[in-house]
Amino acid sequence: MSTGLIHWFRYASPQSFYPLAGRMVPWFAWLAGLSAAAGLWIAFFVAPTDAQQGESYRIIFVHVPASWMSMFLYLVMAGWSGLGLVLNTRLSGMMAHAVAPTGALFAFLSLWTGALWGRPTWGAYWVWDARLTSELVLFFLYLGYMALNAAIDDPRRADRATAVLALVGVVNVPIIYFSVQWWNTLHQGASVSLTRAPSMAATMLAGMLVMAFAFWMYSIAAALARVRAIMLEREAHMEWTHKLKEAEA
Amino acid sequence: MNWSSTEQFIAMGGYGFYVWGSFLATAACLAIELLLLRARRRHALQQVRAERVRHEAAA
Repeated sequence: MSTGLIHWFRYASPQSFYPLAGRMVPWFAWLAGLSAAAGLWIAFFVAPTDAQQGESYRIIFVHVPASWMSMFLYLVMAGWSGLGLVLNTRLSGMMAHAVAPTGALFAFLSLWTGALWGRPTWGAYWVWDARLTSELVLFFLYLGYMALNAAIDDPRRADRATAVLALVGVVNVPIIYFSVQWWNTLHQGASVSLTRAPSMAATMLAGMLVMAFAFWMYSIAAALARVRAIMLEREAHMEWTHKLKEAEA
Repeated sequence: MNWSSTEQFIAMGGYGFYVWGSFLATAACLAIELLLLRARRRHALQQVRAERVRHEAAA
């Protein structure tokens, strides 16, 4: 029991997590590539044309997974932030910072693909609807988080300030999720929920879930690759980074 | 199979602009992120090398 705990906490130091993350990145990258290929195949060649929306509905295969990831990554970022405030470990802040840009990217893609789907189906690229507006707030929260992090020179102070921002902003995630129920919005309700059968064809659902898995694997690979760069940047003055093979001149 | 020709596939039933605008933007964004990640790693490794040289000079 006690040795198990020690082993676990060992990876909380950047020095031991750096090589571990390096070994994990290619696995997640391969999983992302393979599942994206399968997901795109289903999205374009297996899933049938929608009776109401024609081919425009195929945007769902990037729009929904990107939106899910934008919300989920925010929760991950807030989780690491909370852990960092409580435990004060170096790794927590680095992990939170590593997730933020990928989360911002998916929030942007959610808005972008949503606009391109909204035009043919609603007749407008943008409406000030509760779902769209709260997703836009999420995008700005990511940008604000990154700007605050960049504005504070002392990394440990930046960790604490950004952690507070991330935790305050987390209230926005349930607002996005439930916005289609709480307000009368143009945006359709959830197509997939844990409590009832999905309101879509099985192949459409399969394509969406496979694409979501691909985005998930991509996000893990990108965040791990980024946290490795952050570790090098922050600990460039420490001896363990000088001993790395890749740091040899 | 949904498509009988490449033209049909590209046209996406008249929604080609919206569908490809979504998928290509997604692919482009992910590709840009990967390029930025590579650049950041290279830059970070340069920082480490510079610090090591300073350390060795001081020792």
